[in-house]
Amino acid sequence: MSTEIKKQKKMTLTIPADEPMACGHLACQGCGATLAMRYMLKALGQRTALCIPACCWAVIDGPYPYSSLDVPIYHCAFETAASTATGVKAGLEMVGDKETTVVAWAGDGGTFDIGLQALSGAAERNEDIIYVCYDNEAYMNTGIQRSSATPYGAWTTTTPVKHFKTRPKKDIVSIMAAHRIPYIATASVSHPEDFVKKMKKAKGIKGTRFFHVYAPCPTGWKSRPEDSIKLARMAVQNAYFPLFEVEDGENYAINLKLKDKKPVDDYLRLQGRFRHLTDVQIAAVQAEVDARWERLLKLAG
Amino acid sequence: MRPKKAKKVVFKSAAEMPLLICSVGHQTHNLTGAWRNIRPEVDRSKCIQCGICWKFCPEPAIEIVDEWPVVDYDYCKGCGICAEECPSKCIVMVEERK
Ligand SMILES: Cc1ncc(C[n+]2csc(CCOP(=O)(O)OP(=O)(O)O)c2C)c(N)n1
Ligand code: SF4
Ligand code: SF4
Ligand SMILES: [Mg+2]
Repeated sequence: MSTEIKKQKKMTLTIPADEPMACGHLACQGCGATLAMRYMLKALGQRTALCIPACCWAVIDGPYPYSSLDVPIYHCAFETAASTATGVKAGLEMVGDKETTVVAWAGDGGTFDIGLQALSGAAERNEDIIYVCYDNEAYMNTGIQRSSATPYGAWTTTTPVKHFKTRPKKDIVSIMAAHRIPYIATASVSHPEDFVKKMKKAKGIKGTRFFHVYAPCPTGWKSRPEDSIKLARMAVQNAYFPLFEVEDGENYAINLKLKDKKPVDDYLRLQGRFRHLTDVQIAAVQAEVDARWERLLKLAG
Repeated sequence: MRPKKAKKVVFKSAAEMPLLICSVGHQTHNLTGAWRNIRPEVDRSKCIQCGICWKFCPEPAIEIVDEWPVVDYDYCKGCGICAEECPSKCIVMVEERK
């Protein structure tokens, strides 16, 4: 195997080469949440401390005293990611460390549901932390139960096919924008360059910064592990999960303009959790996605 | 790259435990390659050296060695993302035989 095959060119890597996440972790094959962590740490570097509540990531990292990450992790109670990060930041400042970036890293259940109160409190006080919600659209760690981030139509173990979820996904970005925090961004594992760019930008801002990251979960979505990136990309391109940022709660900017917005049908069809949906129900999903996109276009002016 | 087979760290007493909450060793002793039932194989004659497989591997089990992607089979879980995302289709997933 070698050079004789072809002249080697220099590889141009589009994201930082540093690898603060190591192999040997416990995530399922094709886990999007794992890639989200990898990209975030590439952007923030080693001078970072994480606060992780109960969620898949509390397991993925590995059992104490080992870890898959090169940064300290404070494992905290399910509802306390934002308040723990607030305390860690305050503690570090008391011992004179003003540089370390403190990140609360939680799932959608820990953010949209049980951790919302602590998150709202921290955001209202404008605590100097980055809060990242990796969204796999259900409580995956405990066996795929519905959360308020689970979208309309989805099967979960608590919303079985006969009683699939009929309520839409909670709009967490609008909730956070209403707190008028300095920076909010959505990101997707299919667009790591955009993710890294926005995370680096956030690092340089003071105050509460919130990231909503789309993280496909083959186990919970009943999708093929090799489709994780493809699904995330489709969700961006069909405006199911658009990439945008919000500054000071009101300045919206769309990061990826969609010239020809794709239909949601193909995206839904690749996932077992939506298999039962009829054409009429899929049209309802499309109408909801279109309405959300129109609203976003207006906000971004 | 980090050392492959990390030594198991054993604390003899509480006094040896670190004060700060942090890891005392990485998880690399856990060879997740054993989870795999299909393996990616890279055909260098078709590889355009774009680094996309490296970028999207969730382990990350693809290293860049001499400007080529090299799969570390001690850790690759066989998810198939690299083969799916490769723009020149030079990675194929083949069945593992024991
Ligand atoms: C107070 C409390 N209630 C319930 C649990 C059980 N629990 C642990 S993880 C989890 C689900 C987490 O879901 P999410 O935040 O979406 O993260 P994911 O597992 O999907 O990554 C639950 C219900 C807990 N640890 N603490
Ligand atoms: S259940 Fe889903 S989010 Fe959790 S480790 Fe597995 S793939 Fe990742
Ligand atoms: S099959 Fe999955 S785990 Fe293995 S090298 Fe490819 S992307 Fe990485
Ligand atoms: Mg979840």
